[in-house]
Amino acid sequence: MMPVATTFFFYFLSIIAILGAVATITRKSPVHSALSLIFTLLALAGLYLMLYAPFVAGVQIILYAGGIMVLFLFVIMLVNLEKAELEERFNKQWLVGSVVAVLLGGMLLFVYKRGMSVFPATFHSLPEADNTQQIGLYLYRNYMMPFEIASLLLLVAIIGAVVMAKRRI
Amino acid sequence: MEITTLHYLVVAAALFIIGTIGVVTRRNVVIILMSIELILNAVNLNLVAFSRLHGYHGQVFAIFIVADAAAEAAVGLGILIAFFRNKETVNMDDMDLLKW
Repeated sequence: MMPVATTFFFYFLSIIAILGAVATITRKSPVHSALSLIFTLLALAGLYLMLYAPFVAGVQIILYAGGIMVLFLFVIMLVNLEKAELEERFNKQWLVGSVVAVLLGGMLLFVYKRGMSVFPATFHSLPEADNTQQIGLYLYRNYMMPFEIASLLLLVAIIGAVVMAKRRI
Repeated sequence: MEITTLHYLVVAAALFIIGTIGVVTRRNVVIILMSIELILNAVNLNLVAFSRLHGYHGQVFAIFIVADAAAEAAVGLGILIAFFRNKETVNMDDMDLLKW
């Protein structure tokens, strides 16, 4: 199915994503930051849908906006942050850090502008009807080993998180 | 006007830079971890944008990165809770136990 009003939705979702990101790093309260980050994540899920990646969009909503952000909100509630809210938000080297980061961004844009011609002009046709099936096949055929290593990584992360957070083992 | 891959790359670069600024300027560790999530999401957007040019590999890799981000958030927040129990702060500038 051909998408409709691609330009409008692209700019709409991009602006939501970037405004959410800016709010994430500038708000005083960590809860406000977390909620802004959820907006960014949902806008990115919309962009994935526009890129014919419905499975990644679903994973983004379920795992990021649903799972990881709940983890963040729980930790914000666990640690006492009233004192942190009264303190200065940015550290002493914020100006230098921001300038260097913006320079890095300028370098990225320069590279994109100069290297635009190496991108293939034609798009792969990725039918979204069997997108999930195709990703499953890729995971179990081409990426079998990384898939197993990812499961091991998650196991280590679970054990590590419990060992870190528990008072006494 | 058609939306090309370059448009998505520029949005991803903007998100990446905002995340980097968050990591290097904020003092609250929770927000620094959120900025790292922003950076990982920028990378994901790049990968999915390129998967439109090169097939499904980018989308598969994006899913691996989401799994990585979950592991990183769990361990990072575990470390944060352990640190908060010892020093009663989440301020990055107070995390100087290794400072000589």
